Amino acid sequence: MIARFTTLVALVVVASVPAPRHRIAGATISGKVTFTGTPPKAKPIDMSKEPNCVTQHPTPVTTQDAVTGPGNSVRYAVVYIAAGEQSVAQGTDTVRYDQKGCLYIPHVAAMQVHQPLVIYNDDPHSHNIHPLARVNPEWNKSQPKGAPPIRTTWDQPEFIAVKCNVHPWMHGYFAVLATAHSAVTDSSGAFSLEGLPPGTYTVTAWHERFGTQSQQVTIAGSETKSANFVLTARPY
Amino acid sequence: MTHVATPHTHAPPQSWLRRHVFSVDHKVIGRQYLDLALVAVFTGMLLSWLMRFHLGWPDTAVPGLGKLAPTGAAGGVITPEYYLELMTMHGTIMVFFVLTTAPFAGFGNFLLPIQVGAEDMAFPRINMMSFWVTLLAFLVLIAAFFVGDGPPLSGWTAYAPLSAVGKDAGPGQGSGQTLWAISILIFCVAQLLGALNFIATTLDLRTKGMSLARLPFATWAWFITAVIALVAFAVLMPACILLILDRVAGTSFFIPAGLVISDRLQPHMGGSPLLWQHLFWFFGHPEVYIAILPGFGIVSQILPVFARKPLLGPRVFVTCLVAIAFLSYTVWGHHMFLSGMNPFSATLFSVPTLVITIPAAIITLLWIGTVYGARLRLTSASLFALGFVSVFVSGGLSGFFLAQPSTDIYLHGTYFVVAHFHFVMGVAAMFGIFAGTYFWFPKMFGRMMSETLGKWHFWLTFIGVYAIFMPMHYLGLAGNVRRYSAFTDDYLQPLIPLHRFITIAALFTGAVQLIFLYNLIRSRVRGPKAPDNPWEATTLEWSTSSPPPHDNFGGRRPVVSHGPDEYGAPGPRDYVMQADS
Amino acid sequence: MGRLFAVTVTVIALVSAAIFALHTWWLPIDISAHGRRIDSQLNETMIVAGILFVAAQLALAFFVWRFSERGGVRSTRPIKPFPGGAAPMVVIATILVGIEILVLTFVGSKVWASVYQTPAPAGALQIDVLAEQFAFYARYAGPDGKFGGMHPDLMNDATQNFFGLDPANDTTARDDIVVGSLVIPVDQAVELRLHTKDVGHSFYVPELRIQQDFVPGMVIPLHFTATKTGKYELVCTQLCGLGHYNMRAYVEVKSQAEFAQWLKAQAAAL
Repeated sequence: MIARFTTLVALVVVASVPAPRHRIAGATISGKVTFTGTPPKAKPIDMSKEPNCVTQHPTPVTTQDAVTGPGNSVRYAVVYIAAGEQSVAQGTDTVRYDQKGCLYIPHVAAMQVHQPLVIYNDDPHSHNIHPLARVNPEWNKSQPKGAPPIRTTWDQPEFIAVKCNVHPWMHGYFAVLATAHSAVTDSSGAFSLEGLPPGTYTVTAWHERFGTQSQQVTIAGSETKSANFVLTARPY
Repeated sequence: MTHVATPHTHAPPQSWLRRHVFSVDHKVIGRQYLDLALVAVFTGMLLSWLMRFHLGWPDTAVPGLGKLAPTGAAGGVITPEYYLELMTMHGTIMVFFVLTTAPFAGFGNFLLPIQVGAEDMAFPRINMMSFWVTLLAFLVLIAAFFVGDGPPLSGWTAYAPLSAVGKDAGPGQGSGQTLWAISILIFCVAQLLGALNFIATTLDLRTKGMSLARLPFATWAWFITAVIALVAFAVLMPACILLILDRVAGTSFFIPAGLVISDRLQPHMGGSPLLWQHLFWFFGHPEVYIAILPGFGIVSQILPVFARKPLLGPRVFVTCLVAIAFLSYTVWGHHMFLSGMNPFSATLFSVPTLVITIPAAIITLLWIGTVYGARLRLTSASLFALGFVSVFVSGGLSGFFLAQPSTDIYLHGTYFVVAHFHFVMGVAAMFGIFAGTYFWFPKMFGRMMSETLGKWHFWLTFIGVYAIFMPMHYLGLAGNVRRYSAFTDDYLQPLIPLHRFITIAALFTGAVQLIFLYNLIRSRVRGPKAPDNPWEATTLEWSTSSPPPHDNFGGRRPVVSHGPDEYGAPGPRDYVMQADS
Repeated sequence: MGRLFAVTVTVIALVSAAIFALHTWWLPIDISAHGRRIDSQLNETMIVAGILFVAAQLALAFFVWRFSERGGVRSTRPIKPFPGGAAPMVVIATILVGIEILVLTFVGSKVWASVYQTPAPAGALQIDVLAEQFAFYARYAGPDGKFGGMHPDLMNDATQNFFGLDPANDTTARDDIVVGSLVIPVDQAVELRLHTKDVGHSFYVPELRIQQDFVPGMVIPLHFTATKTGKYELVCTQLCGLGHYNMRAYVEVKSQAEFAQWLKAQAAAL
């Protein structure tokens, strides 16, 4: 189990190294997301229908909808500024989303509305990408081996579940947010929102299984404030 | 039977538009149907090229396709959904707008009134309307290529609930699928109007002396086809209405409760997917005969002309046609042996399916027996008629395997089925169309086609179709599933070289059809002038000029005193025409 | 030209038939208890159809060879009617084909009935098979021998709750074993119940000589006995959407001891 977990962590860490960030002036809000209660057990993913993907994972992979770590840390929670910004800057960095070994990497990608998103298929076979959007227009496209990457943007804030129908276990999220200030928690549950001007903000943590929680954070100058979130977990 | 209704007469129209476009003249309408089928067949063939190319080399980009279909084939690589969309459009275009439109509506319209000695169809305005409605149906179908979500992908059979639930079921299930259902609905209207006209004209407008026993075989076949079409399309039409309602009005005729599609519980309950299958195949199997019976008629008319000998067993032939028409309504369940319907009914549907091979086998033997003792003249028309017999035998016999539930367990849903129906209703019907084209082109356009090009066209096509479709039986025996856009299963890997062979054969045979297209266009403009009766044939169309005048017989209706195929008379003129005294 | 036609038709007929006869491409091995009867029915049909195919093509070829005009010269030879007229054709077709139909139906319907019209033997291993766009999942009852109820509103691929189980409230569901391949014991009758959660699919294992549609809104039973251990492929034969071509699962036929062990290991891992 530990070996399995480490592989998973190693895999995801390697694949989800964020683009190098510039030191931005302004305040930082950082903290941890943890849970109380009993989280669901991670289930092994049976990829046997796609032997290509089985061989890419020397140890079996487990579900990523509720990844927790030591100290009840919660991975893949999205923490973002939900309200309080005087002016919203437009993020222009490209967000990269990969399909590799029949997994979405990263499992959750946070992005701003109108921010360019590029989806790659790194596998030697076809996938279909089906963002189950309700507010934004839903689409569903195959990306065969050799096809160019899919470039797109989203116009409305929405947490969009993403699935591959060809490999029904493939499941991820696009967290499309109004703000440019967002982060996805790492394996220790930590996050940090940088470059914030002074003001009073509503900071929200969202997780696909454990729900949402918000708190107010007031920033006076160039400081680092801490904000921690405790979400509620249920076994089923 | 000397009942002769008052012929419908209308003065020849004066304006160019009324003469050549919005014409009520059955000859113009017949040519319009054939022109539509020509556009449709080359469209359908182009789609099959793309499909076959993809099956042979799935990862290779098709140059230029990325620009034409930026969603379906980004960068020119055909996606799985685009493959299925091409397949669905190929099947729909070919079955409805080629195999129904050309041999039945096209040739039937041009020739049936002349062959019975009438000046036009019984209802010329309805006739004109049925063509324009068919064209509308075609345009609606083609429009599906240009909608955002892409054309439909649920096959020409459009099985519910895939075709009924809408976008959650994946690409191609949006407005493209709705357009498909609307197109087929419109097509049904056109065919019902057309069928009524064919029946009324055959029964009421026969000229003096044209008893049923003297009716040419092609007209017999068109008449019986019209009777089949009247019932078959009358069932498909409401089925399409229900499908459209399920898609746009939220009804649940074909959608049961509790479906979860792409993780979404569907808001439907109470419908039955099998209801669609029953309605569709109640139409769908007779449709096979709608496609092929006109070919039977055309071959039975052409073979005696070039064999210089009457058809063997004319009454047997007509009896068999009637038997096939009747049995065609009792066999639809053989498409559904494994569909979850009561397994007891499988035997019930299997028996008439096997029995229908008896009249089909008799007709085949009549053709072969007609060649016996003949003075056979081999022209492009007669070669295609003989080729028809050969491919019909090949396609018909594989039906034995699919008619039996026990062997269908293994072969259902494989390439064996693809081989079977392409031979028996695709290739055979196309050979009937080719034979009819080479035979009647001089009458239709007053010019001869090139026989040299026609013969090259025959030889290359004949060998080509066997190279394409015979190996598909072998694929089916090896368990190769149909409607797959790529072969990823381990057990299918050894079959990929055979698929590449078929692809090469298909590209070749498709290219050969350009010879036909060239011959058609060139002969229409520059072919040598055709005499009235270039083939020394006997039916009424050969008694009038090439092309016939507006009222077909120049003001006086012919009087018939002979059968349709009196060949082999002693003396220098070895035939007696129907209009001869 | 007539001779060319005759030769072409003859060559096509003989080559096509030879490839069938030599089994150059043929059915894979049969690993089912009932498959032998399907294969022999198919073989018998093949022989009959093959004879009729070659005979009809050769007759056509021969008559065209014999009775076509040569070199475009008009023949003056009098035509000959077929001996006996159409009657022999009717008799030949009716009797030959008619007898064949009787035989095929009589034997074939027994084969069909043995697969589809008989209930599964008592004690057959019960397995639920769920089809969805575009995968198959199999469910075993687990140590309690009971299947948990299926709730469409709980079906969720993201949490791998493919069958819509409700372990929070339904204790029989907690030990249900759900896997992405179909694992069965050899020489033991297996009864599947076929469910689909979305559109129509089909269950086809060529080696098992079995095929059956999954129909939305219906639960369809299907039973068979596998007779050889090994790994085979279960594929979908009913067009179900873009991933149809890739909708498959492996079928693993294990010895009865290995199967019991496998089932135990699965239960322990829950």
